[in-house]
Amino acid sequence: MQRYIATRLLSAIPVLILVVVFVFALLRFAPGDPAQLIAGEQASPEQMQAIRVSLDLDKPIHVQFYTWVGKLIRGDLGESVGSRVPVSEIIGQRMTPTIVVAIVSEVFAVVVGMPLGVIAAWKSNTWIDRAVMLFASIGFAMPVFWLAFLAIWLFSLNLGILPVLGYTSFDNGLAAYARHLVLPCVTLGISLVALIARMTRATMLEVMRQDYIRTARSKGLTEEMVVLRHALKNASMPILTVIGLGVAALLNGAIITETFFAIPGLGALIAQSILVRDYPVVQALLILATLIYVFVNMLVDLAYGYLDPRIRYA
Amino acid sequence: MNTHGRARDPSAPASVASGAFRPSKYLRATLRFSVRNPAMATAGALLAFMVLTAVLSPVLSTHDPKAPNVPDRLQGPSVNHWFGTDGFGRDLYSRTLSGGRVALVVGFGVAFVTTVIGVAVGLITGYYPLADKIIMRVVDGIMAMPAFLLAIAIMTLLGATVFNIIATLSIVLAPGTIRVARSSVLSLSNEPFVDAARAIGAGAPRILLRHIRPNMIAPVIVMASFVTALAILIESGLSFLGVGVNPDTPTWGNIMGEARNHMSRNPWLMFWPGMAITLTVLAFNLAGDGLRDALDPRLRGSRDVA
Repeated sequence: MQRYIATRLLSAIPVLILVVVFVFALLRFAPGDPAQLIAGEQASPEQMQAIRVSLDLDKPIHVQFYTWVGKLIRGDLGESVGSRVPVSEIIGQRMTPTIVVAIVSEVFAVVVGMPLGVIAAWKSNTWIDRAVMLFASIGFAMPVFWLAFLAIWLFSLNLGILPVLGYTSFDNGLAAYARHLVLPCVTLGISLVALIARMTRATMLEVMRQDYIRTARSKGLTEEMVVLRHALKNASMPILTVIGLGVAALLNGAIITETFFAIPGLGALIAQSILVRDYPVVQALLILATLIYVFVNMLVDLAYGYLDPRIRYA
Repeated sequence: MNTHGRARDPSAPASVASGAFRPSKYLRATLRFSVRNPAMATAGALLAFMVLTAVLSPVLSTHDPKAPNVPDRLQGPSVNHWFGTDGFGRDLYSRTLSGGRVALVVGFGVAFVTTVIGVAVGLITGYYPLADKIIMRVVDGIMAMPAFLLAIAIMTLLGATVFNIIATLSIVLAPGTIRVARSSVLSLSNEPFVDAARAIGAGAPRILLRHIRPNMIAPVIVMASFVTALAILIESGLSFLGVGVNPDTPTWGNIMGEARNHMSRNPWLMFWPGMAITLTVLAFNLAGDGLRDALDPRLRGSRDVA
């Protein structure tokens, strides 16, 4: 197991190096002068010079890279071009809402998606199965901002049972906090529900064909026992992968969801930084998101190795 | 099939005698297909509808999609403005039609570019281990970054044109197609017919292009369908945030981005373009599922497009 953990950890390194190079190159090799790009069309020469100095753009490219990576490793993500606040500080302030929304959405998606998939596989080729699959197909196809609109229109504007926008501080009480989380989390989670339901159904159908399921049935177990104890346990691993993939979907979705619901998180921060071309912030968030994604997928792989000893020796 | 269909057109005098029953035969075949495969039939009908309305949008439009008419702003659906009007008094129906053009151009454009790149790179990486090691590292690197975030980052640098959107989304989505193409090249390389080709002295280019390429088309086409759907979805998100095509050109995403401010006064502004995106994306996804089931029954029910 230790060997497996070590090789898996090492294999993430080239990917991370590549991403760092890519994010660095993104700004430097973009057409045009990066300083002009950040400062905008009407920038004065002094402003542009200030940006050049602050981003080391006045130095040779390899020096720029070494300084940038050196700072990155020490946790120095540079400072925001607009507000001059260190990027790490901004990220620290904005982190909590994004993490809370992501975790609640992921839990929602698993709690709703897995049972849907199990039921669809159990009752495969009945109307229940078709209804679940139709829902999954539609859930995949809806842009998250349309879903957000439909949810707000129905639950906030017409029924008036949930707040339209925003995010309140935890200090305002748990009830108010939770009420503000419902719509963003459901909106963000729906496509993941669809993905998990689909994947669960597919793996369950695969497992239900195995010999040991026939054995379980023939020794007289109830269908509930067969499905829940024998099949679901063995189907749980591909579902783990999807949960890992879900993290990327949540990171992507957070940008639009947080903008739509005016949640002061990292997703909204990206959208704002992009519009004012605050590139150090965008670069930092791109690297952070990749780190999280790579890390979660590594955890998923390790969980795989833990749950299924065969994988470790492959 | 198509040429036969045209030859047997009942309105053409020459074929009346021989083909009097044929149209109903085709109709029955279509009906039988639709009953047996409702998802695929729905997808086909939706796609035909979306393509037709996009192509014919100048004819079908009732107003100039870009012409503001402020006194008429934020109206609900009416005889004059079928879907209502936006914050500048522009006709939502005409704008939605026009937005379909951008969506389909981007969707098909990205699907085409990623397919060409995917097949070319897939052939090379699947056959040359050294190239594989280098190129797949890059592919893994791109795939490790959240797609939408990466697309936003590249778009802000390149600037908002349709061409740049296609380029950006191709960079972001090509790794998926490359993976699919590569794995099918890898499995095809072990087939006996490849050994046979090699035995009769065929070189690598001939084996790759004449023997492997034709056999890897099925999974790549399926992938292209999913890529189209994904490209349309991401493009709408980019436009929604204001980093898509220039806001002068109506797209489903930027119509909705503007409509967000008028959500409570005119919900139709959000409703129709969102419906258009959902139906189009749904159609391409269903088409992909259907094609995969038809082309490779072993893969039925599985999918790994996130």
